[in-house]
Formats: sequence, C-alpha cells, structure tokens
Amino acid sequence: MNSNPTCTREVIVKLENGLHIRPVSQIVKVAQKFSCELAIRKGDRTVDGKSILDLMSLAAEQGASLLLEGRGDDAAQAVEAIAALFERDFASDRPE
Amino acid sequence: MKLSDFVVRQSILTDLKGATKDAAIRGMVESLAAVGSIKPLDQEGIIAAILKREELGSTGIGKGVAVPHTKHPSVDKLVATIALSRTGVEFASLDGDKVQILFLLVSPPDRPGDHLRALENISRHLRNDNFCNFLKQAQTPQAVIELLEEADNNQLG
Repeated sequence: MNSNPTCTREVIVKLENGLHIRPVSQIVKVAQKFSCELAIRKGDRTVDGKSILDLMSLAAEQGASLLLEGRGDDAAQAVEAIAALFERDFASDRPE
Repeated sequence: MKLSDFVVRQSILTDLKGATKDAAIRGMVESLAAVGSIKPLDQEGIIAAILKREELGSTGIGKGVAVPHTKHPSVDKLVATIALSRTGVEFASLDGDKVQILFLLVSPPDRPGDHLRALENISRHLRNDNFCNFLKQAQTPQAVIELLEEADNNQLG
C-alpha cells in the first residue's frame, strides 16, 4: 500500500472557452509549487497536472467535469489551490 | 479534427527569420496573408490581436514550442500555420527556453470548440517525442507536410 497521503476533488470547467492555454498555464504554475504528484482525470483519461501539453490534450470544454488527484505530502494543499482556480473561474487580480 | 484540416500547407515556414516574438508572429501572419488564408487588409489587425493576447501570458508552453493565437472575425474557419526557427525565438516561455516550433492559430470568435480541438490535436502530437524531433529536423515545407500526414495517420509510433 502507498503511504503517501492522497486527496481528490471534483471540479467543473465554467470557462466559456473551455480549458485553453491561459487557464492551463495557470494550473501548471500553481501545481509546480507543490511537491506532490497531481493527476487530472477527465472521463477515462488521466494526465499529468504539471504538464501543459498533457492538460491541453484533454480539450476540456465548458461544463466538463474533472477529477483532481493529488498524491504526496502536500496533496491536500495542492488540490485546494488548483480547485480554488476553478472556483474563481481563473480570474486573477495579480500576476501569477 | 486532423492537423491537415487546419494547417495551411502553402504557408509553412521552415526557416523563420527574426529572433523576437514580434518578428516571429509578423512573419507567420504575413505568410498566411501571402497565400490568401487571411485578407491583406486584416493582417495588421490580426498581428496586433495576437500580440495583445501574448500580453496576457506567453503562449510559449515549454519544450521549445509556442502557440500564438487569436480569435478574429475576418476568418470563417480556423486557419493555422507552422514555423520552425533555426536560431530560436525569445518568447518569454514558461520554462525560459527559446522556441523553435511555432503553431499560429486564427479562429472565428463564435467557435471556441474548434480552437480547443485544434489545441488538443497539436498538444497530443507534441507529446510524442518522435513528432517533436522530426519536426525540428524538417528542412522543407514538404517534409513538414509529410510529417503532419504521418501524425494524422498515427504512423509515428
């Protein structure tokens, strides 16, 4: 059994244009601040949440449901931080 | 959606001149205009829109790749071109590296799904190291076109 803590959270893409390059870049920038593994699942596909190309290849449109899966010491914080991006619809009043 | 559905073959550049983001984007948009995929009158507006988009955050996504793009009402379907830079372009990429491979996309404002699917298509192939390496090595537009066809037909392994 893996002793690393895991944390999962479902998020919904609310962005009208879907998960295009800018939000994908924001996710990766935030995810890379954490040491845990971060997988993002859409349907039966799971990709690396720290890879822009992986996330772009999901083509997640408005309304898509994604599952965030963190694995590692700071998994809970990482999932929380990424989920917060979705919750505020990737709006940011400060440069990342 | 396949690469050959939206990449305008005649506009592919395998020796893009210019070391800056501005010069690279201008060169690519001029190439699309030269083959009639965008109207000459719209060229400057499209260049300005792409540069404005870059101000929101670089589309240099790492691994030597950039995907500058914009929506523009002058196109009624998504058009794209590919350029290869031998010396690399300073693109303020996320990983700080210069870019050698550029995909430039212009899409109709009312078709966000097409833009997403084009990005999905491009990123899926770029995840394949064979595709990236062969693309960087391509010396002629014809070599790029053949590579796109092989990628579309999943012949790259």
